[in-house]
Amino acid sequence: MSEPETSTVDLNGFATRVWRKGKGPKLGFLAGYGGLPRWVPFLDRLAEARTVIVPSLPGFPGGDRGHSVLDTHLDWVLAVRDAIDKSGLAGADLVGSSVGGSFAAEVAAIWPEKVKRLALIAPFGLFDERDPATDPWAQKQEDIPGLMTADPDAYRKLKAMPAGANSVEWPIEQTRANEAAARIFWPLGNTKLERRLPSITAPTLLLWGEKDRLIPRSYAGTIAKAMKARTETKIVTGAGHLAELDKPDEVAAAILEFMR
Amino acid sequence: MKFLWFHLMPYKELPDDFREKHPSVWVDIHSSLFDPKRAHLMYNEFLDELEYAAECGFDAICCNEHHSNGYGLMPSPNLIASALSRRTTDTAICVLGNSLALYNPPTRVAEEFAMIDCISGGRLIAGFPVGTPMDTTYAYGTNPSHLRDRYYEAHDLVLRAWTEKDTFAFNGRYNQQRYVNIWPRPIQHPHPPIWIPGAGSVETWRWAAQMDYVFCYLSYYGYKMAQNVMKGFWEEMARLGKDRNPYRAGFAQVVGVAESRQQAYDLYTEPAEYFYGRCLHVDARFAGPPGYVTEATQRAGIESQVKMAAEGRAAGGPSTNASSATKMQSLARDMKSIVENGYVIVGSPDDVVEQLRELATTLNIGQLMLLMQFGNLSSETTKYNTRLFAEKVMPKLRPMFAEWENRWWPKPMEKRQRASLPAFMPATAAE
Repeated sequence: MSEPETSTVDLNGFATRVWRKGKGPKLGFLAGYGGLPRWVPFLDRLAEARTVIVPSLPGFPGGDRGHSVLDTHLDWVLAVRDAIDKSGLAGADLVGSSVGGSFAAEVAAIWPEKVKRLALIAPFGLFDERDPATDPWAQKQEDIPGLMTADPDAYRKLKAMPAGANSVEWPIEQTRANEAAARIFWPLGNTKLERRLPSITAPTLLLWGEKDRLIPRSYAGTIAKAMKARTETKIVTGAGHLAELDKPDEVAAAILEFMR
Repeated sequence: MKFLWFHLMPYKELPDDFREKHPSVWVDIHSSLFDPKRAHLMYNEFLDELEYAAECGFDAICCNEHHSNGYGLMPSPNLIASALSRRTTDTAICVLGNSLALYNPPTRVAEEFAMIDCISGGRLIAGFPVGTPMDTTYAYGTNPSHLRDRYYEAHDLVLRAWTEKDTFAFNGRYNQQRYVNIWPRPIQHPHPPIWIPGAGSVETWRWAAQMDYVFCYLSYYGYKMAQNVMKGFWEEMARLGKDRNPYRAGFAQVVGVAESRQQAYDLYTEPAEYFYGRCLHVDARFAGPPGYVTEATQRAGIESQVKMAAEGRAAGGPSTNASSATKMQSLARDMKSIVENGYVIVGSPDDVVEQLRELATTLNIGQLMLLMQFGNLSSETTKYNTRLFAEKVMPKLRPMFAEWENRWWPKPMEKRQRASLPAFMPATAAE
């Protein structure tokens, strides 16, 4: 696994990391809960066939304290649109997972011309009282990995402090990612995304981890039903909420196939 | 030295197996444990105890705000404060306080505090806590990432509402009001003294220092554990070029006094173990909503852990930088450790005088808040504790800090101008 090229774009005055790797047509990725403190095998799989571009979300690893100036849902959606424009992803295929999945869907709904084809991995944005999503912000620290991935080690590996990292700033950066997610999705994760789903025109692949303990699988049905664009739903066997960490090969293959 | 008698109003009948059978005293404590008819008696006893403390000569009686909480039955401390305003004459009414970010619009706080100030004849101390994570983010659903900024803005709004003469428009980040014009207005000019209760967040005491407000460290863990936070506060004061006036700071302490040390143990062991065992049993799930603890406070906490590890020292007890629920995970729950760790001060009047003198001296505290009803302590023993303290402890500590001016104390109307206590007493109550 080789490292990607790293550059930064300015989002509301915050230098925001953009990763780029691979060849071929562009494919964007917006990360899930916890963000991406390091490059992951899933992105390598995608980069084998495509130019993968990964802008950080405000407040997530690589996104500095960009969340701190975003107060409303509109502020957030505009910041993500800017991230997509500035990293050269306008009009390209877009993949979003979890938190990032919600933003990918928003951009595709509000600016349909910016997203050619869409893949959503268990996006935030909905809440169903009859089948409530789990509260990720009221968990014992040690229970978080098992909530995020079917194999808790997959999430632990993502978050483990690398040798040579700043031992004070690293944990603060990980907490910041959780705060950034809370800032937009507290307390229920419900941004009423459902209302905007009918505006999406891009063909959409819905991926859901079979063992997602955070967001119930029934939400995939709700999303598919609300959409007017063509959708395809795929349950990822053996994967949890962040399916791309549990099953990088399967998830990448499904996306590449859908966006061929 | 000022003596403030502080009631938390705990539900006194949590079952013996509460810790084993129930995950948390806070946020999702089960409704089946609450008997409203028992609460009727508790509330009335609690109010009696506060009024009794006023009668015994305490300088202030205090209440505070908690939500979905089995050890704090005051979602609205203002209701309690208004009742106390009508049943006391000279004692300061200290509300510690209203969690500003939870009020929509925050002018509600300006209004209600002004009402209490008017009813009491200018005896209100206005406390503004940020509020615990359990109260603010979980029970009330406020976004932890916005909480502190909302708090600061609400503070600015309340202050302007109290002091501006004309109706004004408030154009804030979180609050927008076209017509701000509160009626009634507070008696105290320019406004009641502002006290900031906190549990150790760096920002909170730093801000209190900058604003020249009283910072009240509300810890349940005694003065030995409080040294770091108060040291930080006084260093910040020095940095700002402000004096070490001890009335700038308050501290809450659980106290049980009796004729002898043995008698004190006999009286206060069960209620202390009830308090630390059952009342402070909070689910670790509610320890750290992200964003509640600011990055500066996180940084201070991690750096002090790293430093301690490097020096080969184990962290002694809960870290002062940890969130309140995290602290509650690791605390001592049996009387021996409760006393050894210095959470409570129990003993004969002389024991208590000696320890409180050390507390006041080492922390440099002029506003001493006393938790004299704690856990399931009976009303009778609470009154005994209160009376004995007033008679045997208070006089010996009273002269401390006489050389300093307490600029943060209410300035009520002159006594002759004030309304008298209600003349009408129902026959049954008078008998």
